[in-house]
Formats: sequence, C-alpha cells, structure tokens
Amino acid sequence: MSTAVEKRPASELEAAERKHDRPWFHPSVNIHETEEELVLTANMPGVESDQIDVQFENGVLTIHGRVPERQRDGTRYLLREYSVGDYHRSFEVSETIDAQRISARYLNGVLTLHLPKVERAKPRRITVAVK
Amino acid sequence: MTRYLSPWTYTQAHPLERLREKMDRMFQDFVVGFPRAGGSGFFSAPAYPALNLWEDETNLHAECELPGIRMEDLDLSVAGNELRLSGHWKDEKAEGAVVHREERASGAFSRGVTLPVDVDADKVSAELRNGVLTITLPKAKAARPRKIDVKCVAR
Repeated sequence: MSTAVEKRPASELEAAERKHDRPWFHPSVNIHETEEELVLTANMPGVESDQIDVQFENGVLTIHGRVPERQRDGTRYLLREYSVGDYHRSFEVSETIDAQRISARYLNGVLTLHLPKVERAKPRRITVAVK
Repeated sequence: MTRYLSPWTYTQAHPLERLREKMDRMFQDFVVGFPRAGGSGFFSAPAYPALNLWEDETNLHAECELPGIRMEDLDLSVAGNELRLSGHWKDEKAEGAVVHREERASGAFSRGVTLPVDVDADKVSAELRNGVLTITLPKAKAARPRKIDVKCVAR
C-alpha cells in the first residue's frame, strides 16, 4: 500500500508558527494503515485536551498542542533530562483520505487520529458469478 | 577511525577493534540522542524515560513523561534514597496493520535513580495526568534543612 501520509520538513512551517521563544517539539508518531483507515498516534504528554488543535487544510494535516510550563522559574533542578514545550507537526495527506471523517481523541497524553480512506480506495473483493 | 594493521592476524578480539566499536557507538548516541519530547528520552533506546528532578525545602520532586502509560502498567518503588520506576507500553497495533512509521517508544522500561537525600518512603505520592508522572518524595526528617539558632555569647 502506498503511503498516504507524508511528513513535511520543519523548514516549511509558516513563520507565524514560530512566534514563541520557548522550545517546541515534533511529537513522536506512529502511523499504522489498515484496509479501512490510517491511524496516527502522537505522543503529546502534558497537554490539556482543550489545548489541542488539529487542522486540515489544502491536503495538509497539522497537529498542535499547547503545553503550559509546569515549573516556575528558579526551580532548583537536581536532574534535568528533558525540557517542556509545545508540540507541532504537519503531514501531507493524500486524496485517498476522506478528510470529512477524520476524528481525534486525546487520552493519557497520546493524541489518536483516525483518517478513514475514501470508499474507492478500500480494497474491494469482487465476487465472480458462476453460471 | 582507520583500522589498525599489524603483522598479527587482525581479529574481532583485537583491543583496538573494541575501542573502535566503542567510539562508533558513543558517536552514534551523541549524534542521534538529542532530547526528543514525547517519551523517546535522551537516548534512542526505547526503554529510557527521561527524568527531571528538583527539590524544595521539604520535598524532592520527580517528573517523567510517559504518554500512553496507564497506572496499572506502572511500577514505582522507593527504598531509602533509591527510586525505581518500571513499566511497559501496551502494544496497540491492530491485527494485520501495515506500519508506515513507528517513532513512539514501546516495550518495557526500567529506570533507577539515586536520590541525593533520604526520603520518607511511606509518604511518597505520585500522580499520573495526561501522560505526565509527577512523584512527590518528602525528605526524611533528618535530611531537611533545620534552622539552627546561633546564640550570641557576650565575652
């Protein structure tokens, strides 16, 4: 099966998206394809569910999650192996995806998107009539 | 790193070959292992949740990003000044699905960290919210900074 979702390089993102000074990250994603749909799961911990933005425009799917800073300035860190920032990533979606039926769910820090395929893209079994 | 040619047979067991392998691996880890958010941790190895640790007067705090982990998949234990965190990600792949991309961490993980002070294991609490695990570890009484009154003795 051909890949229906492509990743866009970070350099193509709009300048408007980089208006904040905080670091931001590409969330790690898994993309699995079944006969019915593509399932995209993205690790986006620390986002409130009302702070997630999923946009689909001109064949580009964009996911964005705002992550509030969890610790105050001046926190005495003993170990700091990761930093906190917003999540942002874009994907090119082919026409085999039915954009009207894309659905999203956020649970336990993971954003799950279901991208159903248009009817004609699903493999069809054709029964052969035998006379 | 160029191979070292010597009059003797060059085998895998050659000490310089081991050094070369170590250097290659170190370089790989350094180049590839920049902090990536979303549970991948500092190193690319899947089972390594990155940890943040900070303190205030009365508590140590530990925070870890574990997206997709549920409470029942997690095992947390504290003994003296050792904190141990282990668990596993559940396999979510649908039967017969084709994998186009698999960047998210998977499998089991186990992480131990030595805390700088002793903590009161009975009073440790943890909260898992939106994939972020926050652990509050009250410092053992002896470890807390105590204000010591200095008496001025007139001489």
